[in-house]
Amino acid sequence: MIPELGNFALALASVLALGGAGLGLYAPREQVLQNGVLSMVFGQWAFSLVAFVALVYAFVVDDFSVSYVANQSNSLLPWYYKVSAAWGGHEGSFLLWILIMSTWMLAFCWRSDQYPERFATRVLGVLSLLNLGFICFALFTSNPFLRLIPLSPADGADLNPLLQDFGLIVHPPLLYAGYVGLAIPFAMAVAALLEGRVDATWARWCRTWTNMAWALLTCGIALGSWWAYYELGWGGWWFWDPVENASFMPWLAATALVHSLSVTENRGTFKSWTLLLAITAFSFSLLGAFIVRSGVLTSVHSFAVDPERGMYILIFLALVVGGSLSLYAARAGQNTANVGYELLSREFFMLVNNVIMVVALAVVLWGTLAPIGYEALTGGRISIGTPFFNAFFVPLGLLLLGALALVPVLNWKRTRAQVLMSVYQALGVSAVLGVLVWFVLDPSALLVAAAVGLSTWVVMTHARHLGFRLRKGNVPAAYIGMTLAHLGFAMGTTGIAITATQSVESDVRMSPQSSMVLAGRQVTFTGVVNVLGPNYRAQQGIFVVTDGDTSYELRPEKRQYFAGGNTMTEAGISAGFLADTYISLGEPLEGGAWAVRAHYKPLVRWVWLGALLMALGGILAVFDKRYARQRRRQVVRQTASQGEVTVS
Amino acid sequence: MSRASLFVPLGVFVVILTLGYVGFDLGARSELPSALMNKPFPEFNARLLGRQEQSISRDDLLGRPTLVNVWATWCPTCLSEHEQLMRIAATTDVQIVGVNYKDRPDQALQWLAQFGNPYRWVLDDRDGLLGIEMGVYGAPETFLLDAQGQVVYKRVGDINPRIWRSELAPRLLELGVRIDAAQSSGVEKH
Amino acid sequence: MMSKRLGRLLPWRSAMAVLALSTASTCFAVSQIDTFEFSNEIQERRYRALIDEFRCPKCLNTNLAGSDAPIAQDLRKVVYRLVVIDAMTDQEVRDYLQVRYGDFVLYAPPFNSRTWYIWIVPIGLGVLGVFVILGLQRRVARQQTGLDPAQQARLQNILQERSTADSSSAGDGHKHSETER
Repeated sequence: MIPELGNFALALASVLALGGAGLGLYAPREQVLQNGVLSMVFGQWAFSLVAFVALVYAFVVDDFSVSYVANQSNSLLPWYYKVSAAWGGHEGSFLLWILIMSTWMLAFCWRSDQYPERFATRVLGVLSLLNLGFICFALFTSNPFLRLIPLSPADGADLNPLLQDFGLIVHPPLLYAGYVGLAIPFAMAVAALLEGRVDATWARWCRTWTNMAWALLTCGIALGSWWAYYELGWGGWWFWDPVENASFMPWLAATALVHSLSVTENRGTFKSWTLLLAITAFSFSLLGAFIVRSGVLTSVHSFAVDPERGMYILIFLALVVGGSLSLYAARAGQNTANVGYELLSREFFMLVNNVIMVVALAVVLWGTLAPIGYEALTGGRISIGTPFFNAFFVPLGLLLLGALALVPVLNWKRTRAQVLMSVYQALGVSAVLGVLVWFVLDPSALLVAAAVGLSTWVVMTHARHLGFRLRKGNVPAAYIGMTLAHLGFAMGTTGIAITATQSVESDVRMSPQSSMVLAGRQVTFTGVVNVLGPNYRAQQGIFVVTDGDTSYELRPEKRQYFAGGNTMTEAGISAGFLADTYISLGEPLEGGAWAVRAHYKPLVRWVWLGALLMALGGILAVFDKRYARQRRRQVVRQTASQGEVTVS
Repeated sequence: MSRASLFVPLGVFVVILTLGYVGFDLGARSELPSALMNKPFPEFNARLLGRQEQSISRDDLLGRPTLVNVWATWCPTCLSEHEQLMRIAATTDVQIVGVNYKDRPDQALQWLAQFGNPYRWVLDDRDGLLGIEMGVYGAPETFLLDAQGQVVYKRVGDINPRIWRSELAPRLLELGVRIDAAQSSGVEKH
Repeated sequence: MMSKRLGRLLPWRSAMAVLALSTASTCFAVSQIDTFEFSNEIQERRYRALIDEFRCPKCLNTNLAGSDAPIAQDLRKVVYRLVVIDAMTDQEVRDYLQVRYGDFVLYAPPFNSRTWYIWIVPIGLGVLGVFVILGLQRRVARQQTGLDPAQQARLQNILQERSTADSSSAGDGHKHSETER
């Protein structure tokens, strides 16, 4: 009964999406009709929530007559994994996507009183149209509510053990929140193009939404990387897999957008470019969905291959992105402001950022899709992986760091050369540090030393200027946000440079009571015990790691899950701010010995902490008082009194 | 920005769409094309299964078209293609050489005794090293060599009636292999 | 539609999940650990770097280091043998695997007559990016006065003459609008 209710609710949501799209895009002037659009958006949210809750309910009560539940779940699964198993497979995860989309739309409704009515209605119309596409996709090709009557199994097939983890609970919702959140700037760009009006005020409206979506996407990607690291057993945290690239591409576009919006808001220029970025960012979210769910690219992460689904997404992609890019080509460039700026200015450096982001984006896109092109043209097969991407991202990253270091002292339009003094001083110090690092590591670690030196330079200029401004007076939250985000980037880059090159890995045969040395620490293998989990049994190895006078215990496991009989390795990790110690068990060898893998990974946590810092910076910027909700009347008054440049 | 340049993003998108569309047909294919196509079969020296004193090298394969079939007892698909191989052995004059890949020789011999032996020689590749020379990554796989020892065709997967008709038999005919009438009916001409 | 769905019910083995690693494949999720012996650290480093670079021929996009598949284990043994016992250089090891398994097995696509553009296109994009920045820089410089460098120099001379005549700093013309954001 409940699953059918969920299905029905989803169908109702689609009707409301259709209504909202039609009415919204018509952009009525009558208050009544505008309110109609708002209620239709609310309705979409309410019904998609009902549908989602219905699905989760089916999981929680072990309703194996629903085929999706039977595939993903099992009666022995702990309740929190039953809930998260709801988004463990394609159909359910797409329902989550729809719920998140509806929630973003609701949030926009809630804040829409600060925007001109017709504009807000148009935006909601575009969003409803997108939502309509998503809901129809779910209803017709990926319905999670399909039943298995009369063949319902007695028990489910169990959730993949790799997913029975905290990571599944948080990573998809955050990631989707980011992906889908980029629909808001997309819709705002399309609405602006439809209206024929793009100006600094539009950019200001767009910024809060973009920053929030960007921050959530950053968290989502960082979580995914962290999850892969501790779950997979070989210490890697990024593989340039097509699915990972699918999440990285919208992130790069969104980062460019965040910066470009700042220029458009403050100086009224780069308008066409900002519009294009806003369209591009969400387009890459959709492209990502296509890559992950259509089976076009081989990846361990992709969902079950189904050409019918892939075709649908491709057509949807063609209509949405093709339509918006055509609209862009037809109507953008109608209002351009000629505002001058110098080389040493925020505008120019934002441009540099954008160019680097776009080149990076193009490299990832090329690396992901070129194998398809190659196979289509020549019939042969090639692989493009980490060595290729690293070859480009190392120079791009170093360039970005270098440009970033100057940013805090730059003003809009023109900066006096004198302020660069502090930057040069910081450069001197960082260069010395870089050389020291190079000296301490080996000569081949020149790039690592360069990364560390440049990151230090960034940290120094940013911290110094933040301190300077704090002493002068009130600092806007957005400025602190920017500083944090840039510091986070420097931290992340340092972490990546060090952990990728200075990690120590050792695969050895260990018998009980034997020891080995790992990066100056002693690792003693005490033995293996048998343990019993809620739905698995495991052999647990006990290792004692001694570092000077501190010692701690690590317990990696080899688990066997009852339902499905899967074997899984769970690594024993000691997480530290400065380094991780990571041990996993291999196969048992003769004589009671075991194959053991031990890693020492310096600064690996900095990768994710840096990303979290970036996200925090983005969120802080969202809550800057200057962007707080202002009712429409006040906006007009405010604009006049602050003498803002509104070029149209 | 000039008018024309505004259409560039749309153009790039159309290219991406095309790649996505094209990727559909290609994505379905999971077999790797052989790196040895139109190249000489690798040099090797392998012992015969069950007769460790005797060994075969690449030169022994020359002089007539050869099918090199990689199989193992742990591979269920190999069992299902076995019947087809027996038929090929009986009705054509191509020489079939088996490579027993990463298997246990005693089990392999028992298997052949039970199901029949279409092979002129069976090579013992219990550690898979010969397979690696050939670029093998699983079983069953089959190579077709011409009389000079060049690889002209590789099949990753079983030799079933469909593959026989559409891919293998036409190539055998091209190489001058005699195929009995009953077997060659329905064979597509290239 | 319903019955078609039921008919195509996927057996549990092929149901995949969000960021899920295939249940069917032994390829991902490492439980096999090789315990090779190396005579020195450099050799071990080279071995580890190499097994990261090669793709497992059978898996859904995993490298040799991260795969449990039998062929991956065999190929790791081969790489070990080539590095430690046969003392081949890194490039020789790559060539060895490429001859047998094709370009597919290399994660860094080779640079030859068939695949040169795989590398050249992104490099070209990077170069294009540099040109874009340079072009914008030139436009920015011209924006200020609309003069070319020779005219700029003449203007500077005139201004210098004027400034010696009256002692105000005439060169500092622009008022900066510091709308700090």
